[in-house]
Amino acid sequence: MNWEIVMGLEVHVELSTKTKIFCSCTTEFGGAPNTHCCPVCTGMPGTLPVLNEKVLEYAVKAGIALNCDITRYNKFDRKNYFYPDLPKAYQISQLYLPFARDGHVDITTPSGVSKSIRIHEIHMEEDAGKLIHSPYGDATFPDYNRCGVPLIEIVSEPDFRSAEEVVAYLAKLKSSFEYLGISDVKMEEGSMRADVNLSVRPYGSSEFGTRTEMKNINSFKAIERAIAFESQRQIELLESGGTVVQETRRWDDNKGKSLAMRSKENAQDYRYFPEPDIPPISISEEMIKELTDAQPEFAHEKLERYVADFGMAKADAEIITSSKHLASLFEKTTELCGNPKETVYWILSQIMYFMNERGVLPENITLSPEKFARFIGIVLSDRINRQTGKTVFEAMFFADGDFDVEKYIVENNLEQVDDTDLIRETIKSVFAANPKTVEQYKAGQTKVTGFFVGQTMKALKGKAKPDTVNKVLTEELKNL
Amino acid sequence: MQVTKELVGYVAELSRIKLDEAQTEKMQSELGAVIDYMDVLNRLDTDGVEPLSHVFNITNVMREDDVKPSYDRELLLSNAPERTDETVIVPKTVE
Repeated sequence: MNWEIVMGLEVHVELSTKTKIFCSCTTEFGGAPNTHCCPVCTGMPGTLPVLNEKVLEYAVKAGIALNCDITRYNKFDRKNYFYPDLPKAYQISQLYLPFARDGHVDITTPSGVSKSIRIHEIHMEEDAGKLIHSPYGDATFPDYNRCGVPLIEIVSEPDFRSAEEVVAYLAKLKSSFEYLGISDVKMEEGSMRADVNLSVRPYGSSEFGTRTEMKNINSFKAIERAIAFESQRQIELLESGGTVVQETRRWDDNKGKSLAMRSKENAQDYRYFPEPDIPPISISEEMIKELTDAQPEFAHEKLERYVADFGMAKADAEIITSSKHLASLFEKTTELCGNPKETVYWILSQIMYFMNERGVLPENITLSPEKFARFIGIVLSDRINRQTGKTVFEAMFFADGDFDVEKYIVENNLEQVDDTDLIRETIKSVFAANPKTVEQYKAGQTKVTGFFVGQTMKALKGKAKPDTVNKVLTEELKNL
Repeated sequence: MQVTKELVGYVAELSRIKLDEAQTEKMQSELGAVIDYMDVLNRLDTDGVEPLSHVFNITNVMREDDVKPSYDRELLLSNAPERTDETVIVPKTVE
């Protein structure tokens, strides 16, 4: 039988506000255990949580970006569960009136599937603490530094049919939130986390199968593996006459499989009720208009503009707009040097190389647009050739703040050699040193020309102007 | 709605509290009284009445996103029955 995979996603995104959602403790990652805590976020009796206005702003920005209806009057609810990662024994969340509903995210997969993923709702809530389990005996040590860090949870409709669609959706969310500047969106560091609700059904069926929910997936690669494993597990179960049990499963990426969580952890009876400590939120039309007007230019919009305005190839534009930081470096450098083509050339050839081969992340690039533009000016003025340019670019890219391109070129004697006489002499000595190759050329083996160019460049330490070398070499070859 | 012993036991389990026989019976009658009062409320005609989401007619009580010093960890941990220098101690939550 042919099976169809049906998935819906719950994505948690940590908002990058300075303070927690209901208290003024820092949200900074790490720190010694329980040092970013106060009576509010450790759930002491008698404390009063007060909403951080920046959380509402960031959340509404996200809601607008994902084409949602913003709930003008929304409120918080208590989700009760007893587990030591949350010292209050309830999480302040939104159930009855979430701040955003009925949105959509348009995706295109690498294999060309274009579709719109419907967003059921987005709500605000607080993150839980981190539990450190002792390897020596019956003890767990809760660290509440993360407790109260603001989250939005984006709940999609069950619109996904393949892992590829899921990854495209997550990439789109990541990019949108990065451009909005509301989250670090790093899956590996847990600032974006996805739970996958997955069921299978025979192709053509309109009914949904029984679903499982997979938690603890923390990278794009892990998502693909988790989906492949869980769908196969369900299909095999159904084909051998079994039934899928509705349950929460934990994805173990090291073991490469999903495992059912204990039944106690599965007891989902949250007994929600309205949160009495936090007055409702009223969102004005002015606020919505203001935040709508303040929406940035997103990746897909930039892509279209780059193709239209700069004649950039679509594939190149996709790479550059995939990161807000790369796009910003490109735009600022282009504005300064006036040469988009050249800027794209160095980003795609050099920076992409550093990213792929040396694990450089776009957000960690320290190269300033000013330096980059000056470098391009130097290359275009023929002071260094492109080959030498790569060496200079690398030194500049990895250097500290006070790197001076001009000084580096002078100090390392890298200026381009365009002295026709010197080049001619060098070519002649290359001929003299390689008499057999000269004989081959004379016998009609024109392919050896490249060898002569290479030897000449090598003798001149790679600094010769390639055009001039070619020109003089052509002349000298005629004289042979 | 009938508050049975089983229901009391279920809620106790969700809340991770242990009740002995006498406490269960006491809880059964106390919770029963609360639920009975809900039945009284349910007899009221609430057609056209907006659900109350907060007892005061206020909205948007918020604070600015300014970091303030966190609490002294020692003070936060001082009431915990079991603790280390860094955290409270709870029974292990994984097997």
